[in-house]
Amino acid sequence: MRLSRWLLLVAVLLLATVLGVAYGTLHLSLVDVLHGVTGTGSATEVAVVRQLRLPRVLLAALVGAGLGASGAALQGATRNGLAEPYLLGVSGGAAVGAVIAVALHAPVAVVPLCGLAGALAAVALSLVVARASGGQGDARVVLMAGVVVGAFANAAIMVALAGVDANAVRGALWWMMGSAADASWVQVRALAACVAIGVALLLGLARAIDLLALGEDAAAGMGVNVARVTLAVYVAGALLAAGTVAAAGLVGFVGLLVPHLARMAGARTHRSIIGAAALGGGALVVLADLAARVAHPPAELPLGAVTAILGVPFFLARLRKLT
Amino acid sequence: MIEFREVSVRYPRRDVEALSAVSLTAARGALTAVVGPNGSGKSTLVRALVGRVPVAGGAILVNGTPVDESGRRSLATRVAVVVQREEPAFPLQVREYVALGRYPHLGLFRAPSRGDRAAVDDALARMAAAHLADRSISELSGGEWQRVRLARAVAQGADAIVLDEPTTFLDIAHEMGVFELMSRLAREGRAVLLVSHQLNLVARFADHIVLLHRGHVAACGAPADVMQGAVLERVYEWPLVITRDPAVGALALVPLRSPARD
Repeated sequence: MRLSRWLLLVAVLLLATVLGVAYGTLHLSLVDVLHGVTGTGSATEVAVVRQLRLPRVLLAALVGAGLGASGAALQGATRNGLAEPYLLGVSGGAAVGAVIAVALHAPVAVVPLCGLAGALAAVALSLVVARASGGQGDARVVLMAGVVVGAFANAAIMVALAGVDANAVRGALWWMMGSAADASWVQVRALAACVAIGVALLLGLARAIDLLALGEDAAAGMGVNVARVTLAVYVAGALLAAGTVAAAGLVGFVGLLVPHLARMAGARTHRSIIGAAALGGGALVVLADLAARVAHPPAELPLGAVTAILGVPFFLARLRKLT
Repeated sequence: MIEFREVSVRYPRRDVEALSAVSLTAARGALTAVVGPNGSGKSTLVRALVGRVPVAGGAILVNGTPVDESGRRSLATRVAVVVQREEPAFPLQVREYVALGRYPHLGLFRAPSRGDRAAVDDALARMAAAHLADRSISELSGGEWQRVRLARAVAQGADAIVLDEPTTFLDIAHEMGVFELMSRLAREGRAVLLVSHQLNLVARFADHIVLLHRGHVAACGAPADVMQGAVLERVYEWPLVITRDPAVGALALVPLRSPARD
């Protein structure tokens, strides 16, 4: 990808970040934002920027970066443009964990941790099912195992929700629809570490993913240990997705959509695609979160619904191009 | 040099072995062709070589070292494989695609050196594909795509090359072009092992032919030893005659019409 496109991506992410911090119920000018960041503004400006907007925007950017990188790697490794970060049952597992926490009236701070535990359990279960079927290194078997685990998780969610009161159902649904509203610096730091490790791992695997995208036999002929590399991509991609789920719930379509945008921007090898998808995903989720806040004030739209609304027309346009 | 010594392969949940104690050698400087009907085990040979199917018995050696004692990347520096089916999921530029052949030398982390870039340029030039370098692989014709795949194998820098049916779906000119390139790679000193259905072209170009039938070696040797009507008729289960092409003098197989229609 050309240097000018990389610079443009970075500029878009920075612009989205500034807009995300500036706009909301209380609009701030660029000068106010700078005063807030440096701590030289009014107490309200400093509190809004430092305690509310900045952690929220950074969390949204990290969620988008993690989902974008994860989706790009998984699409390459599975040779499937419809693969996405939640394919190993991450979304269903996370939702089961969160719903169980809500049903048991667990403290609000515990819900994301239960979501993370559920996501990790689902990933592990998907890989165990694939291994038991003798196809741990076969993308088709792993994808089907993820579908089976996801379907089981959906059934478990309905069973769990059947026995709880309406408020708990609403809380669980809100979490399942994604939101960066409760962002804190602790979450930002935890997710930053998770995204840094996950994206670094996937960038390290990128050259082998280029070969996997040619087909498993071709990759084996060029020296790739297909089973080991495929498993490493699944685990890194799914853990990245699980980390974002713990931070902001389920934010759909980003991991599916952004790798396509990265390729349209000229990224072809997976080192470029993963890097561009991380930057683009970050910008997209920051802008989607901004839209969720300002579209229908004082109510906030669910972040996952906004990303889906942005994603659907894009895929319809792609579909039109394919037919 | 590539050697298969008494190699047996059995796919899971199958009663019959796909390969039964198959032995063959692809020597340096020679074009060795493996031929046989559909399902005779030709592609299984290639898949066994790259570790995609488990070998139940025997050994596969490259330059004297058993492949199961070599790391995958180490093996790929000694033998390049152009598999039968390769459909890139996402388009790359031709130069980027050929550069993937340098993976065994680079691994996951080393950046390509000037030497790696020179190997890619050299491979493109040798395979007469330098003018395609900036094109997308999704825009190539069938013949161009096979040339670019050969360039990728050459860029791998191995002294043995295995090709599984590289001329499928190609017209006469492109088919001949690919056979000429394979012949040249062998003449340059590489061991070239070719899996093919094109018996007549194999008879003209190959130095050594191995005929497989139901996982066994039915015949092997120089083209004149294998291009025997009785053997081929039994293996292919179809009436045929072997003649000598009047124009080029090579042995040629002519399948006959079904006896019921003649």
